[in-house]
Amino acid sequence: MIDAFHAAAALLILALGIYTTFARETFAATVGFLAYGLLLTVAWVQLRGVDVALTEAAIGGGLTAMLLLRASARLRATEAAASAQRPGVTTRLLAAFVAVSVAGALALAVLALPVPAPTLAPEAAANIATTGVGNPITAVLLAFRAMDTLLEAIVLLFALIGVWSLAPDGMWGGRPGPRHNADPHGILAFIARVLPPIGIVVGIYIFWIGADHPGGKFQGATILAAMWLLTMMAGLTDAPPISRRWLRALLVLGPAVFIGIGVVGAFTAGAFLAWPEDWAKPMILVIEIALMPSLALTLGLMLAGAPERPAQP
Amino acid sequence: MSGATLFGLLAAGLVGVGLYGFIVNPQPLRKILAFNVIGSGVFLLFGAVARRGAAAGMGGDPVPQALLITGIVVAFSATALAVAVLLRLHDVSGSATLSSDPPPAAGSEDGAK
Repeated sequence: MIDAFHAAAALLILALGIYTTFARETFAATVGFLAYGLLLTVAWVQLRGVDVALTEAAIGGGLTAMLLLRASARLRATEAAASAQRPGVTTRLLAAFVAVSVAGALALAVLALPVPAPTLAPEAAANIATTGVGNPITAVLLAFRAMDTLLEAIVLLFALIGVWSLAPDGMWGGRPGPRHNADPHGILAFIARVLPPIGIVVGIYIFWIGADHPGGKFQGATILAAMWLLTMMAGLTDAPPISRRWLRALLVLGPAVFIGIGVVGAFTAGAFLAWPEDWAKPMILVIEIALMPSLALTLGLMLAGAPERPAQP
Repeated sequence: MSGATLFGLLAAGLVGVGLYGFIVNPQPLRKILAFNVIGSGVFLLFGAVARRGAAAGMGGDPVPQALLITGIVVAFSATALAVAVLLRLHDVSGSATLSSDPPPAAGSEDGAK
């Protein structure tokens, strides 16, 4: 049943969504989006999706908002010219009509969902013992629907290659993004020294606990990437040039190990990405451990952006 | 009304709000932002469906929940790519607009594409 807290949370989320859409300044809208992403985790916890809540807080709220905040700061000078092209009344009325129709149709669909609801939970519960992991979501991600997770890791890699390929010709192989120079005795540099040891422990814990409890490699890798970005923004570390061999090897390590173990499964268990029963847990662990650094690097470098500086400054 | 219905209706509202912003706001970065609002609405709708599938001692159907994690990560990579394209457009052309004619005409609707 629904209580006042969740009704208030839903109203606040809707209000922040509206603010994000209509705020005059892009920077303010992006800050609104950050709060919106964090509040959505309340909705996810109420929907009993704690794993999703962690992902939403880390990636949907945190990383996406950070990416957009940095972009809005760089594009601020163009804002006045771009917003002068606001469409006319007819377009706005039509857009409002389309938006209200789509929202109304979705709301009707929500109210008319079938009873009893279709579910795969009993099947997942019946087969989870064969995977050796205790968290049903991890079992789905790495055993029942491992193909999705493999393709997701590859999509991330392709997106990073896409970001890199936007580099100017002369900067190919260089370092991503601008060099950050913060005051070495300032509060940012202080936090960037104090927080990462804690963040790294929390990130690895969330990764490790994911086998049996809410958590997992994506959430853990996001925290590690955030710690790396923090030290980069404080000027304590610099983004590596994208031509480095070790960097490229680490980026493809996770997907390559995933595919390799999938092929092993084809011979030992009869299908690509199938795990033989006694070996399921160790195989899943090897994939997770190999994916973790690849994901953390991919997420961090995606935020750092396209190469903008030569490798040797 | 159950929690799943409440947040399902919220999801419908968020998709509507995001869609309006996506069409009407001329700035590309705001379109990316609105795209993310639409996306989170779709995810929330899927999450409400997953919650209704609670069975076998689980709070929700784990299969859609796992797909949601995949979806959120893929949406992030799409956003990162879109932002990188936009920043490159800004570096090359000095402006960040979707309009094809350089001087913005009053009431121009080209930007809505």
